[in-house]
Amino acid sequence: MSEYLFVAGLETHVELQTKSKIFCSCSASFGAEPNTHCCPVCTGEPGSLPVLNREVLAYAIKAGLATNCTISRLTRMDRKNYVYPDLPKAYQISQFEAPICVGGYIELDSGKRIRINHIHMEEDAGKLVHEGGYTYVDYNRGGVPLIEIVSEPDIASVEEAAEYVEKLRLIMRHIGVSDCKMQEGSMRCDVNISVHRAGEPLGTRAEIKNMNSPSFMEKALRYEYKRQCEALDNGEKIVQETRRYNEGSQTTESMRNKEDAQDYRYFPEPDILTVYVSDEFIKAVADSMPKLPDELRREFLSYGISEVEAKRLVEYKRIADFYAYAASLTDAKIAANIILGDIFRSMQTEEEKERFELKFTPDDFVALVKLRAENKINAGIQKRVLQEMLLKGGSPSKYLSAEDTASVSGEDVEKLCREAVAANERAVRDYLSGKEQALKAILGYVMKATRGKANAAEVEQKIKELICR
Amino acid sequence: MPGKIKKYSEMLRSKSISSVELTTAYLDEIERSNGKYNAFVSVDGDRALEYAKKADELIARGEGGALTGIPYGVKANICEKGVVTDCCSKILTGYRPTYDAAVIEKLNAALAVPLGKNNMDEFAMGSSTETSAHGAALNPVNTAYVPGGSSGGGAAAVRAGLATFALGSDTGGSIRQPAAFTGTVGLKPTYGAVSRYGLIAYGSSLDQIGPIAASVSDAAAVYDAISGWDKRDMTSSPLSRSASDKLTGNVKNLRIGYLKEYFEGIDPEVKQTVESAFGFYEKEGAVLKEVSLPALKEALPAYYIIACAEASSNLGRYDGIRYGYRATDYDSIDEMIKKTRSLGFGKEVKRRIMLGTYVLSAGYFDAYYKKALRVRESVAAAMNELFGAVDVLIAPVSPTTAFPLNYTSANIIETYMADFCTVPVNIAGVPAVSIPAGESSAGLPVGMQLIGAKFTEDVILNAAYAFENSFPVKTDMGVTI
Repeated sequence: MSEYLFVAGLETHVELQTKSKIFCSCSASFGAEPNTHCCPVCTGEPGSLPVLNREVLAYAIKAGLATNCTISRLTRMDRKNYVYPDLPKAYQISQFEAPICVGGYIELDSGKRIRINHIHMEEDAGKLVHEGGYTYVDYNRGGVPLIEIVSEPDIASVEEAAEYVEKLRLIMRHIGVSDCKMQEGSMRCDVNISVHRAGEPLGTRAEIKNMNSPSFMEKALRYEYKRQCEALDNGEKIVQETRRYNEGSQTTESMRNKEDAQDYRYFPEPDILTVYVSDEFIKAVADSMPKLPDELRREFLSYGISEVEAKRLVEYKRIADFYAYAASLTDAKIAANIILGDIFRSMQTEEEKERFELKFTPDDFVALVKLRAENKINAGIQKRVLQEMLLKGGSPSKYLSAEDTASVSGEDVEKLCREAVAANERAVRDYLSGKEQALKAILGYVMKATRGKANAAEVEQKIKELICR
Repeated sequence: MPGKIKKYSEMLRSKSISSVELTTAYLDEIERSNGKYNAFVSVDGDRALEYAKKADELIARGEGGALTGIPYGVKANICEKGVVTDCCSKILTGYRPTYDAAVIEKLNAALAVPLGKNNMDEFAMGSSTETSAHGAALNPVNTAYVPGGSSGGGAAAVRAGLATFALGSDTGGSIRQPAAFTGTVGLKPTYGAVSRYGLIAYGSSLDQIGPIAASVSDAAAVYDAISGWDKRDMTSSPLSRSASDKLTGNVKNLRIGYLKEYFEGIDPEVKQTVESAFGFYEKEGAVLKEVSLPALKEALPAYYIIACAEASSNLGRYDGIRYGYRATDYDSIDEMIKKTRSLGFGKEVKRRIMLGTYVLSAGYFDAYYKKALRVRESVAAAMNELFGAVDVLIAPVSPTTAFPLNYTSANIIETYMADFCTVPVNIAGVPAVSIPAGESSAGLPVGMQLIGAKFTEDVILNAAYAFENSFPVKTDMGVTI
């Protein structure tokens, strides 16, 4: 089985988070009462006409720039004709011949580039709701803007597919065009997969649909790879078909084969003029682009934090921004520790991390990190203060007593160390006879006396000096 | 000629008549003679009188415009909120739009008085108004003949004096040809001059709304009221110019083109009548030029391919799910849709849907649709070039006078071919006005069209106005106040 090479290309639908729909001014937001975000354009009432939303164009260009695409200067919408009850015009306005973005790529961590053939804009369809033997149509989603990102068949393993999707998701979230939630359908992947032996031509591909999470996608691809390899080993032919992933059985099953493939009769949408995209428009979009996740990650790594920490910090756009701000003003390592430690622990769900709502400002956080970095408070106090800040908000100074921040002078430390050495004769003897551990007892005496505020390393150094002198 | 609209408007302002009285006169006339012509398929007298009352109030305050208080008809493919707008198709039975078309918004704001819906060929597909689900409309000039189509109901209403003017739509001649057949004035504006928002689409890249009226100045007044850019129609344009204020009748040094291909293969009587107009213009000081456009006749097949392709897609939405007619007795949604469409569409509509589906299909797209687009581009380019040399082209509107009843269904290809005079204008997106040029020996009106460069409605209407001053449009039927 392992002698077969894995070849896959992805078609990724990403729902854009624009205020209004792609062809009318209805709200594009998710979760409203059925058929309340609707107008004659959404329901395809006779005589209604689509008007292309400029914001959608800007978002699509943003996605293209973030994935190294060339932006088309002339772009046009086309009609894709097919009949389905959730598609009220019996055609979807999409792009076929002149998509907005062409020829980009996404770079994997290995340095391998997965090429992007093109990105096109289109409208989403409505939603069918099956209830009590009846089928209802909710047109709220009809006309919500989508982009479809179509990769070349450059993906050579399940792992590469997973990394590609994750990178794409992260990029789209960072540039703010979509929340990319596979479970909610704001990101949907169709995978074209085939297998073949090295040196032989590409195999016949199957298209896999209905994978509602990254883990389902991985399972589906593993299953499908195995299925195709086994079929070939058994002397069977792979047929070109569309297959759906079945979550229950964790298998893929045939939906329709090539003979059933529809003729969409694409033709230029006469209601929407060809759009000329000016240099100024592209520049304005480019100027509004934030740093991309890979760039942020490299930046964070340069602060000396670990690969894992950097990766986790860029996972959520707001956290990445928060961290980038703090790290630019204070100790980047301590800041990373606190965010990935106690702050992360205070947020149970993905949503909370994504929203990253804190009761204190980034500057309050910077103040806290500074106190710790400059050793004005110890780790314990910092932990306690952070908990107070998470709960009640405000700056760290609100939760610090004079005692908390009272510094221990060098002379005091020196004096306490002498006392400690004098009071722990046995420990001194043990240490001198080679028991390193014994030093802890002497150290503990000083730390207790200073309520933990003395610098442990300094104290240890001092004690050693006193004993060995 | 001052035209009916201007005359009525002056009477309304001088209080020699009220809009309620005027509207009542039209409603009475419809009551009396619509049965003869089937020009209106629905009339709402209460609504009309409500508008008329408000119009009188507006006028009493010294406000309002050229169309305030003027009763008119609306083609059954132009949406009015809450008013059945069924395109004279069974499949849209009882369909009441939830919104007003842009042109209706404008006329409502002006408090013009809507009388009802005018008959038409089903989905504007036809040139005789015989494919209407509500039965054929008849030509008031001679009821043994059709009033043309597809806006035949509106043209019949205006000719019979049942409406001051009518809003029609023109995809391949559907305003101009009925105007020619009934001896009225019909203007097909430049593509983009009038918003299509709320016009139920046939061929989206060709459709335009325009007036059918009893005089050139009436058509100009309506054009001025309904034209202009609309943000809800991306194909609409801000370049339209007002026309009413340019009607001087002066055509001195106007360059008028005689496009010889237009006069090949047409009825000798029609040819002679239209040609005689050139003599008039020459006498008035215009400059005549003979020009040629060899690709003219290629516009016809290109038109049928493009219009049917767009129609096959535009009409896909009529599936019985959301509005209009739904078939009964079905076991699945697919069967319901199939049955609804099989029983809901008429023969001519089905023919065009199939033709359009075919030309867009994989394997045929390049040979038909793409080629048709290329032809369209070359005809449009040639037409544009012509308008460097001339200001106005004068041409016949139809190679014959009105068809007898029941002629079209037995002569489908021939009546398709008869569109060759009108479709080049739609293919090129330019404006044209159809006016009566005279009569045939059988007493049927002969129309001629004046074609201009894009957004020169003012130029063609002024040229038409000059002719009309010497050869007035007949307004001898129906309401004559």
